[in-house]
Amino acid sequence: MNFAAFIQKNLPYILAGISVGGQYALIAIGYTMVYGILRLINFAHGDIFMVAGLVMVYTSASLPIYVAMPIVLVSTVILGVLIEKLAYKPLRTAPRMSVMISAIGVSYLIQNLALYITGGLPQTYPKIPYISDTISVFGAATKRVTVITPILTLVLIVVLVLLIKYTKIGIAMRAVSKDFETSQLMGVKINKVISMTFVIGSFLAAVGSLLYFTNYTSVMPTSGAMPGLKAFVAAVFGGIGSIPGAVVGAFIIGICENIIKGAGLTTFSDAFTFALLIVILCVKPTGIFGEKNIDKV
Amino acid sequence: MKKLLALLLAALLVFSLVACGGSGDATTDPSASGESSSDSATGNDVVKIGVFEPQSGDNGAGGKQEILGMQYANHVAPTVEIGGKTYDVKLEIVDNESSTDKAPTAAQTLVSAGVSVALGSYGSSVAIAGSPVFQSAGIPAIGVTCTNPQVTEGNSHYFRICFLDPFQGTVLANYAFKELKAKKAYILAQLGNDYDQGLANYFTKAFEALGGTVVKEDFPEGNSDFTSYLTNAKNQNCEVIFSPTSISYAQLIVEQSTSQGTGLPLLASDTWDSNVILKAAKGTDAKIYVTTFYQEGGNKEFDDGIKAWINGDSQAKTNNGGDDTVAAVTAMGYDAYFVALEALKKAGSTAPADVMKALPSVSYTGVSGKIEFNETGDAKRDTAFVKNANTETGAWDFVAEQGV
Amino acid sequence: MLNKKNKKIDIIALFVIVALLFAVDIIAEMVAPRTSLFFSVVKKSCVYALVAVSMNLLNGFTGLFSLGQAGFMLIGAYTYAILTIPSEMRDSVYQYFDGGLVKNPIPWPLALIVAGLIAGIFAFLIGLPVLRLKSDYLAIATLGFAEIIRAFVQWDKFGPLTNGSNLLRGYPTFDSLATDWFGSPKFSSTIALAITVLCVLLIVLFINSTYGRALKAIRDDEIAAEAMGINLASHKQISFIISSFFAGIGGALLAMHQSTIQATAFKSAMTYEILLIVVVGGIGSISGSCIASFLYIAASEWWLRGLDSGSFLGIESSLFRGGFRKVVFSVIIMIIVLFFRQGIMGDKEFSLSRIIEKIKRKKKTPEKKTEKKEVVTK
Repeated sequence: MNFAAFIQKNLPYILAGISVGGQYALIAIGYTMVYGILRLINFAHGDIFMVAGLVMVYTSASLPIYVAMPIVLVSTVILGVLIEKLAYKPLRTAPRMSVMISAIGVSYLIQNLALYITGGLPQTYPKIPYISDTISVFGAATKRVTVITPILTLVLIVVLVLLIKYTKIGIAMRAVSKDFETSQLMGVKINKVISMTFVIGSFLAAVGSLLYFTNYTSVMPTSGAMPGLKAFVAAVFGGIGSIPGAVVGAFIIGICENIIKGAGLTTFSDAFTFALLIVILCVKPTGIFGEKNIDKV
Repeated sequence: MKKLLALLLAALLVFSLVACGGSGDATTDPSASGESSSDSATGNDVVKIGVFEPQSGDNGAGGKQEILGMQYANHVAPTVEIGGKTYDVKLEIVDNESSTDKAPTAAQTLVSAGVSVALGSYGSSVAIAGSPVFQSAGIPAIGVTCTNPQVTEGNSHYFRICFLDPFQGTVLANYAFKELKAKKAYILAQLGNDYDQGLANYFTKAFEALGGTVVKEDFPEGNSDFTSYLTNAKNQNCEVIFSPTSISYAQLIVEQSTSQGTGLPLLASDTWDSNVILKAAKGTDAKIYVTTFYQEGGNKEFDDGIKAWINGDSQAKTNNGGDDTVAAVTAMGYDAYFVALEALKKAGSTAPADVMKALPSVSYTGVSGKIEFNETGDAKRDTAFVKNANTETGAWDFVAEQGV
Repeated sequence: MLNKKNKKIDIIALFVIVALLFAVDIIAEMVAPRTSLFFSVVKKSCVYALVAVSMNLLNGFTGLFSLGQAGFMLIGAYTYAILTIPSEMRDSVYQYFDGGLVKNPIPWPLALIVAGLIAGIFAFLIGLPVLRLKSDYLAIATLGFAEIIRAFVQWDKFGPLTNGSNLLRGYPTFDSLATDWFGSPKFSSTIALAITVLCVLLIVLFINSTYGRALKAIRDDEIAAEAMGINLASHKQISFIISSFFAGIGGALLAMHQSTIQATAFKSAMTYEILLIVVVGGIGSISGSCIASFLYIAASEWWLRGLDSGSFLGIESSLFRGGFRKVVFSVIIMIIVLFFRQGIMGDKEFSLSRIIEKIKRKKKTPEKKTEKKEVVTK
């Protein structure tokens, strides 16, 4: 087999992998930031992502796309913050397990609400001009969004990293994730920091949902569950709490998944993701970029 | 806190008592099952027909469309004459959530509501899961579009009005091999879904018997990225993609297949006969063929009537996916209702046992054709309709009536 | 700790309650019509009670946050079904796999135990690597394992054993056993109740043994427990295996209740359901888990049904359409999680002596106790 033919055959897998990886990355950041600060696996994050998709479906039905898009971003952010205020904040002093269970409850509630509103029919995501168009990359046909996703993801992440490194709120975030109580004593407004975390996480999830659903144009109440879980795995894989880790993890998982499918092991494409997670947890429990946690007596 | 808790418990208690009282008329007397009660507005006695369908979960969309057919039928024929008395027909609708672990309780709900006969379900696995409940209660059930042979096999209370998977799989294989001239087929089925896997199995058998080869791959539940699967199909030089999946995935497969430019025809079974597919295919170059029970336009009176009804009821329209295309499952639901009425008339009583005795000899010509049962309780059907999605008009075009 | 006299009272009370439960169930079976949903709910809540208690053993008593319950139930259910489907049914059940690999069934009680054992063996193997992980990581790893197990069970290549993606049926169920023994499906819920009570009592015995106390010590403070000479690794391992053993039996019971099983039902959603039951009942309370599972199943599958079909408690509204029941239900769950964090029982057990003491202290009638029974009676 010559090289060009080889590329043409396998490029679609890599392209799909990079694109999916970029979308996972945007969701994974939400998980990793919330975990870094609250030590909470925000199970509802995948569902926030799904709601962003549904909001787009409903708003774009009556409004032009360029109006609908900002509405999606804003309403997703509001939803994220609202969930934090209603479901997590009252449990700030409760054991960690209670908060996690609350997160599962919120996820259950959102899915059931979505089911009630949509009636369970898959909703068709609107075509967004330009990025929905089909283009050809080295002879492989794909949507433009496939190419745009990784670029946009990287840009957003660079902005985010700069934000965390140099702004005041970013410094506060880092302080809180290092030591929750001490930073509070040092005068960091903890609630503001937590809200900001949810704002950023939900915003990125909304962007992720725009890209994801443009590629996979059907929104169902359960649409958020799998990408959410995979993104979480990616966050753990890269070292939960670490933003570059989440991004690297997401791309690795996205690409591996598609290579597995390409290799004919389609039955195990999901199982593989979890197997990878368990292996990494056993070998290096804090993930690739994670910091070592020392238990204090 | 403690007091609140006590209050909550008290509320639950009251709640449970009320709930119990609510269903009291069905639970107080063992012989009440299937008996009629006369609480309707018209003063007629009421006969209850159970609707055992998914309204949520993977098959929720299809289940709802099937219910529409029954509701419309109920709208057309709200009464039935049984043994010289006029009864009002009441549909008892229950959601089995497309899930085998919720199905038995859902079926039990119908049993305790005192239905004379049950209709459903869309999706064979829930039908099989609910079947023992109907059996032990002695209530006959009429399968509407559950195509797995195991639904009726080995029991006397389950009947069905549609064709079976072995038949449908063979028809599809024949069509792919003879009409589409494909020698190699790619089968894409959902892991863990017995409907997909069953049809894939029969298709494979028939297609290989004709001399073709197949490549079969599974995708896990909740998957939405099909690009790699479609690339696999293309790389393996398959000439047709057969994907007997549920509607939830169908839309994604159609969409990604066109944007990837695979150019391969998509072949699918009755589940794909839905306006969701038409919407996804409109304006693209997709070639989609499905086998189905009913072709819109087959019965003008029915088509016009149901369209007017759907357009006049916003909830019905939402359940139908937002437009008035008549899905085959809707037509089947309509026929199932009339088969049930026919059985009730023939039985001359509303007792489930009598209806069960009457059912095997029922013969009814519905919008989807003549319905008669064979000794296993399956409808004698030997043709399926093959339809093609017209990507310009966004409607189904009739292609052929195909037998084995 | 309770004093001796109180302990005696509680043990007697326990037997009285168990006897009452049976009496209520048997009377209901004799009086109420077979069509009542009550029996279906009793059977399912028995199954869920056992699984919830087994999960509570891990989460509430050992402090290990595992989310693998559905996976172990899946193993138990499949083991049971595969081993007990009668030979003559196999050709039709394994229609795509030439009658399957296993040809001859074994008696159902044996299959029930084997179901638990296989689940326990899997737990042992899985536990070796994952039990070293800390709280959230453990939860995710066990969740992942449950998904992996599901993918394997559904795999075509294992079809001759597991029937692949197709469902299994035809094995002995509560109804068929009752029909064999008593000539009609009457008392099928009593069978379910009996098996569950037996298993839950075994778990209670385990929790009150030295091992159980060691587990509680681990939950309260790992480092202190280790310093007291408790071997953390082996105790966690034992707790994990026993919990999975009973989850496996619970899975088998679920199979007996449903009369068909299919791997798709054993999703993480099922684990979440059980976790919510544990939370509603109170983390660390066996009696709480049992009461909660009855309330949970009865509410979700029985009492709230009217919300789906247009009229509820006599109120009719266009809001009440498909799916509304689940919305209301999840709102109730959220209220409990947020405002009644302790659940029904907190981490305490239902105990007569405590109630007596309370009466002595405050002249106030204990409402909880009477209510619980009324709920069951109805």
